[in-house]
Amino acid sequence: MLDVEAQKPPNGKWWTPPFDPRFPNQNQTRNCYQNFLDYHRCVKTMSRRGKSTQPCEYYFRVYYSLCPISWVNRWNEQIRNGTFAGKI
Amino acid sequence: MAHPLQLGLQDASSPIMEELLYFHDHALMIVFLISSLVLYTISLMLTTKLMHTSTMNAQMVETMWTILPAVILTSIALPSLRILYMTDEINNPLLTIKAMGHQWYWSYEYTDYTDLNFDSYMTPTLDLKPGELRLLEVDNRTVLPMETPVRMLISSEDVLHSWAVPSLGLKTDAIPGRLNQTTLSATRPGLFYGQCSEICGSNHSFMPIVLELIPLKHFETWSTLTS
Repeated sequence: MLDVEAQKPPNGKWWTPPFDPRFPNQNQTRNCYQNFLDYHRCVKTMSRRGKSTQPCEYYFRVYYSLCPISWVNRWNEQIRNGTFAGKI
Repeated sequence: MAHPLQLGLQDASSPIMEELLYFHDHALMIVFLISSLVLYTISLMLTTKLMHTSTMNAQMVETMWTILPAVILTSIALPSLRILYMTDEINNPLLTIKAMGHQWYWSYEYTDYTDLNFDSYMTPTLDLKPGELRLLEVDNRTVLPMETPVRMLISSEDVLHSWAVPSLGLKTDAIPGRLNQTTLSATRPGLFYGQCSEICGSNHSFMPIVLELIPLKHFETWSTLTS
């Protein structure tokens, strides 16, 4: 897992996930889940091609900002156990 | 926060709530006008011995009491829709905060840069300091920067709750398995109180919300101290 602390911007520069037109409404559940999937898919594909996973950081930051910590922990546990339902 | 014997809405501390206050005044004025017109008409009808028993048609009054209500309803609907669309405007938030409802407390997660998360329990009445508000104070307030759009994502870890702060015009349901987004933007610093607004068990009345809005510079200091 990429280190959140390492991505802390200097004081005065704030970053938070921008508006995503794919999810314009109040229900942001899919926004969180999609970015979680995209991060893991990105890491898997980049690693398979032997490239750096640095571009995948964006997806990590978005899902880490949007998704509740308990959901992230549960999904990571499922991935470790091989019971995660999403396609990665 | 509300004060004893309060009749109207709480003072507005966000642009949307200001609009809602104006709209409320507008709609209430229409209600008072209609009620006084009806009461006046009833009093006129009941205080005369004159009668007209052979009324055949009443074209003028029928036209008036068709057109006039249509105009009144339009004058209520247009400002209402304007505010509704205003709440859906796309603004670019500077910060994302998650509020998770539990039985019976709220927990807040600030995960843009850090792993800051904390629980916010109501202060029991016996532990209140002098001057504090009964059933409204919490041990850890939610600290936020003022005058900045903040994305609030509300969800629940168990049953339905609702995250409400009346002076900012906010109320968003906390539904397990769903992430509801609302935007918070306070026009002034201070403490803003709210209470859980969806029945969630025995202590539903005892899980308040306290927002502490401070200038951005102080918020940066606070977040470095707590991370």
